[in-house]
Amino acid sequence: MATIEIEKLSKSYWVYQKQEGLRASLRGLFRREYREVRAVREVDLTVEQGEFVAFLGPNGAGKTTTLKLLSGVISPSSGTARVMGHVPWQRENAYRRRFALVMGQKNQLWWDLPAQESFRLHQQIYRVDGQRFQQTLDELTRLLGVTNLLHQPVRELSLGERMKMELIAALLHSPDVLFLDEPTIGLDVVAQHAIQQFLKYYQQKRRITILLTSHYMKDVSALCKRVVIIADGRLHYDGSLSGIVDRFSGHKVVTLHLAEGQAFEQLARFGTLLEIEPPKAKLRVARRQVPSVMAALLSAYTVDDVAVEDPPLEDVIAEVFSRVDDVAVDHDVRQAVFP
Amino acid sequence: MNAALARAAGWWTILCIALEERLVYRGDFALGTLMRFLPIVTQIFLWWAIFDTIGHGTRDSANIVGYSFSNMVAYYLLTMVSRAFSSMPGLASGIALQIRSGEIKKYLIQPIGMLEFLLLSRLAHKLAYYSVAVLPFLLVFSICRGYFVDGWPAWDLLAGYVAALLMSFLLGFFLEASIGLIGFWFLEVSSLLFIYMLFNFFLSGHMFPLDMLPAPWDRLVSMLPLKYLAYYPAAIFLGKVPREELIGELWIEAGWVVFFIVTARVAYRLGVRRYSGYGG
Repeated sequence: MATIEIEKLSKSYWVYQKQEGLRASLRGLFRREYREVRAVREVDLTVEQGEFVAFLGPNGAGKTTTLKLLSGVISPSSGTARVMGHVPWQRENAYRRRFALVMGQKNQLWWDLPAQESFRLHQQIYRVDGQRFQQTLDELTRLLGVTNLLHQPVRELSLGERMKMELIAALLHSPDVLFLDEPTIGLDVVAQHAIQQFLKYYQQKRRITILLTSHYMKDVSALCKRVVIIADGRLHYDGSLSGIVDRFSGHKVVTLHLAEGQAFEQLARFGTLLEIEPPKAKLRVARRQVPSVMAALLSAYTVDDVAVEDPPLEDVIAEVFSRVDDVAVDHDVRQAVFP
Repeated sequence: MNAALARAAGWWTILCIALEERLVYRGDFALGTLMRFLPIVTQIFLWWAIFDTIGHGTRDSANIVGYSFSNMVAYYLLTMVSRAFSSMPGLASGIALQIRSGEIKKYLIQPIGMLEFLLLSRLAHKLAYYSVAVLPFLLVFSICRGYFVDGWPAWDLLAGYVAALLMSFLLGFFLEASIGLIGFWFLEVSSLLFIYMLFNFFLSGHMFPLDMLPAPWDRLVSMLPLKYLAYYPAAIFLGKVPREELIGELWIEAGWVVFFIVTARVAYRLGVRRYSGYGG
């Protein structure tokens, strides 16, 4: 049985549409317009034990809503989901003791007390026996390099240090499934790297199942073999990171180093000119035309060097997101008026 | 048995940590504890002036609906104790804020109940408060002991007084928690809370002894649960509750406690079902 099984999972909610101005505010006292937001639409997904899966998608795509559904914070409008055999929104303690949710912008530690006190509370809430608690805590603090910060009030820790403490709190009860919602948001590159390395090591060692949402491609490429693209509440892609380029990009980027004295003006007829920095030029060429364009280029110019590459992953993903956004603009919006 | 012990250990840890948190800001804590005595001083001076006026300068001979000036001071000192148990500053607004900001998520994903957690935190705050306030309380009561003209009540009344005080803590907690949980539907409860505080101020006996009210208002107010938050414990101590009615009244108070425990639990359960994860 798969660790996570999602079938036709949907979540919609109604959002009050406040018009601008005092008159609209007064009218809103008696009559309000609501718009239906379909945050997640009929998502099907299966995740096996030990997988590290990234959720990619633009803001408002439905990534966090999916994590909220899987962690039981909210209930779905329709569809089913099972995590380790449990229905998340039934919130059984047996399930809650086996997973953890870390949200990059939410603090679960006691603000005015040292993190050690929050950890002690977690030990009791999750009923971790004393010896195992101490071993896990020692291991996690050593791996994350925060042993000397355990007795410092949380409010006096830096953002990166706080996130490390949040991760420790989430992992103290050794969860089998971990949901990470943008764990490196707002962190500097050093802290981002430290958390990436830690997650990679911990996941490989413990073989736990992790679902990660992140806007940082470095997080995703460093950690996840499998990527799921969600946009407009729908699942658009489920596969490897490199497969995104093959699937969504119909272009290659050709970089030419022309010999001295060559004219760049005519290059545009071979493809879309992306950049000219003599003696270098970059062209975007349709994937199926690459062989014929290369032959034409090499016969028309004296070329010192040439490279044919896939476009950067970030560019492809941005293109996918913008395509989905365009489709979503006038997508079956439902409105209603309630008193 | 093991599960019960683990649960008790969890409660104990929450209590200890909440206590530690309360003691972090020492200055604020000390000031907040000591300043609690200020409002009562102003109220005593107000009644001083009223009794002086009614008694034409001899306040000790004046009497308002069965209350002498000494009775009135004793009553206020006792309601101060009642309110130290039953008042829950920031509870309802805090719950509504947690719902609005999305902080409430932590109670949904962790194997712990929100009401149980908040109750223990509140208990810790009260314990911290009493452990420091006991000395100034003793000092004030010792200075004012002359106003307790009937002395200590009999042991059975004293036991009833303690029971009423403990139940007033639970009643105050679950009543305010129920108001805060309305935040699942309205998100903002500050206006509702303001109305509640207003009624609480007058109808709990905080402002004046409730048996001063004329009929039929006295009967009406005595049917509400608010009287148990301030008036009722003080009335037991001062011997204003007939002995034969004491047990029955305490049962009614216990009934109100159960009613608000159930209300808060039902509101939480329904609210969580409605909750859509505000706050991203």
